[in-house]
Amino acid sequence: MHTDYIHIILADDDEDDILFFTDAFDELKINTRVNTFNDGEELMNYLNDDESLMPDVLFLDLNMPKKTGIECLREIKTSDKMSGIAIAIYSTSASEEDIEKTFVLGANIYIKKPNDFKKLKKVLSEVVSINWQYHTNALNKDNFLLRL
Amino acid sequence: MKLFLKFDFNTVSKKVLESKFNELNLEYKILGFGEVELLKKIEPEEYLALNESLNDYGIEIVESQKGILVQKIKDAIINMVFNEDTDLKVKSSVYLSEKLGHSYGYLSNLFSEITYSSIENFIIIQKIEYSKQLLLNTELNLTEIAFKLNYSSVAHLSTQFKNTTGITPSAFQRIIFKRREIAQKKPN
Repeated sequence: MHTDYIHIILADDDEDDILFFTDAFDELKINTRVNTFNDGEELMNYLNDDESLMPDVLFLDLNMPKKTGIECLREIKTSDKMSGIAIAIYSTSASEEDIEKTFVLGANIYIKKPNDFKKLKKVLSEVVSINWQYHTNALNKDNFLLRL
Repeated sequence: MKLFLKFDFNTVSKKVLESKFNELNLEYKILGFGEVELLKKIEPEEYLALNESLNDYGIEIVESQKGILVQKIKDAIINMVFNEDTDLKVKSSVYLSEKLGHSYGYLSNLFSEITYSSIENFIIIQKIEYSKQLLLNTELNLTEIAFKLNYSSVAHLSTQFKNTTGITPSAFQRIIFKRREIAQKKPN
């Protein structure tokens, strides 16, 4: 009713990946609005601005210049204003240690970057639709963990 | 003296809408007669305020009938999963169609159309949510939770948990407990 689309922010320094992601979002059934940032500092400047619209889901690349994904995650989770954003980490690493660490720090979703477009689309559609469920059904976000 | 007035209803209603939406600081676009698009998300409180302020002028926000029925389906499912007294052995399709007075096929198609998900999937999500709550907030172990939620075996629940969330129930529990530990250490 009051939510007919999902607002998504994507932070990644790789132009190709950004293109890849935004194309995949365009093909989903659920309406999305996507903003992109090229590094962690740019992202945090946006989020810290009072005028900015907070996203429903933030996709964070772990390896970014200026400020890494982990640094952004820590900052976001300690801010009252931002703590409600669902955070999806995506990375080429799939070490159990990395995954558990980011979850403990407050990430909700961990995605291992798929290497083909079809898989990426499937993964994103899963993220968006499960987030949509949390979003429209007031599910407890503290218990929202998803690994893909 | 008597005045005779001629109204242009289109202009009148447009002006009323404009003043109401501006009053509440909402960004909007009037699409046509009786249709407005909100350009930013609206909080539930704002929605109520808007509805109330429009009611003053005899204007009502029409919610879609389909949306209302979908909400009823969701409520019924949540009630079914979380309520200890409901008999989970009754098939959910039978339960829903009896409770809502429509055939299951109709409900199921409508649900998928509106929510981009299926009733079956929604039930699984709710059951997994419930098992998460029980894992975190009660002393029940996974076997007891599986029994309580009417899974045929603990392995069945465990597999469904892993398929839905990507992590095992024990990893889930470990992560959330670690988070709580960290939160307690912080002087907030």
